[in-house]
Amino acid sequence: MRTEALIRALVADNKRPVVPISRMLLMAVLSGMAFSAVLFGITLHVRTDIWKAIGTVRFDFKLVVTLTLAVTAAMGLPRSARPQDGNGSPWTLAASPLLVALAVAVDLLMGPHEWLRRLIGQNALHCLLLIPMLSLAPAIALLLALRSGAPLNPKAAGARAGLLASGLGATLYALTCPDDSPLFIATWYTMATGTVTALCAYIGRYALRW
Amino acid sequence: MDQVSDEARWTTMLELALDGDASAYQNLLQGLASALRTALRSRARRAGLDNEDVVQEVLLALHMKRSTWVRGTPVAPWVAAIARNKIVDAHRRRGSRPEVSIENIVETLQTDDDGDTVGEAHDLERLLAKLPAKQRLIVSEISLQGYTALETARRLNMSEVAVRVSLHRSLKRLSAALRGSR
Repeated sequence: MRTEALIRALVADNKRPVVPISRMLLMAVLSGMAFSAVLFGITLHVRTDIWKAIGTVRFDFKLVVTLTLAVTAAMGLPRSARPQDGNGSPWTLAASPLLVALAVAVDLLMGPHEWLRRLIGQNALHCLLLIPMLSLAPAIALLLALRSGAPLNPKAAGARAGLLASGLGATLYALTCPDDSPLFIATWYTMATGTVTALCAYIGRYALRW
Repeated sequence: MDQVSDEARWTTMLELALDGDASAYQNLLQGLASALRTALRSRARRAGLDNEDVVQEVLLALHMKRSTWVRGTPVAPWVAAIARNKIVDAHRRRGSRPEVSIENIVETLQTDDDGDTVGEAHDLERLLAKLPAKQRLIVSEISLQGYTALETARRLNMSEVAVRVSLHRSLKRLSAALRGSR
């Protein structure tokens, strides 16, 4: 085929409006999050002592950690969907884990020494199942949007989508989860978000090649 | 032509193209094809590929991925990044892992008025033959015969929208098949 002929076909295909990848990702986050919020509304409920909890540092801190994860992952996502930009700086992603580590240290130093009970909490299994469940819709939406992208590093782009999705899922879950201990978060939230992220990285490695 | 004004011109052309200006898009793709032909010649050979095949693959890829270009930014580094991805992929399929730097491609990627303006390659043609008959017919009406989508629609007694949808699907299939081939 002559290259001129190919160019004619490409020009003829240029009629539809082109939505920038950053906007596609934004729409994916919003629609995925809306879906998860509805799912949350149907199957779960906000913890009954929510108003009291909002007044406590430990509960608020939990939301800060999960939202920090989502925001730091989201910041570099458009970059990671482009062919020349690499994966942005991965260092900002350390913010959320650092916050957790700090809180655990403070908690262990100051708190009463019944850390094993706080670590196991009452809802470890719930946490491991519900965070992935609430992350599912944003993860699928983001991976689909990334497929229209051209990521330099498909695995890293998939992982970043997983971090964002699980940050959102964990934020929703935090509203129902009665365990506010930093140790609980460090163990179970990390395990749940890590699983989602690893899965998205694995999918990205194959599905996001272009 | 010096590189700075060249780059600014490509940026303007791609912006116009994204707003639906067909002749700007056509001129840009022709200019990029000629620049890529020159820039990629030795790299394609090292990857064991036909140069024109790579040029066509990059053109197809940049068309499919044009949503990843940021308006107002230089076009050459973006095209070079896409070209590099394709070349690295080609090497990977042969089991080698070379360092291909974008900077080197960008440097050579500029309008080459003395460069070849025509080229012909075979990969796409081979894959085109594997498309369903209807899609193949539509692609060839537009690309080989030079009809517009509207003319093609009339000739094949279809709606223009159906022709466009079919063309888009064909290009998507071709770009996926190109990646899986070789």
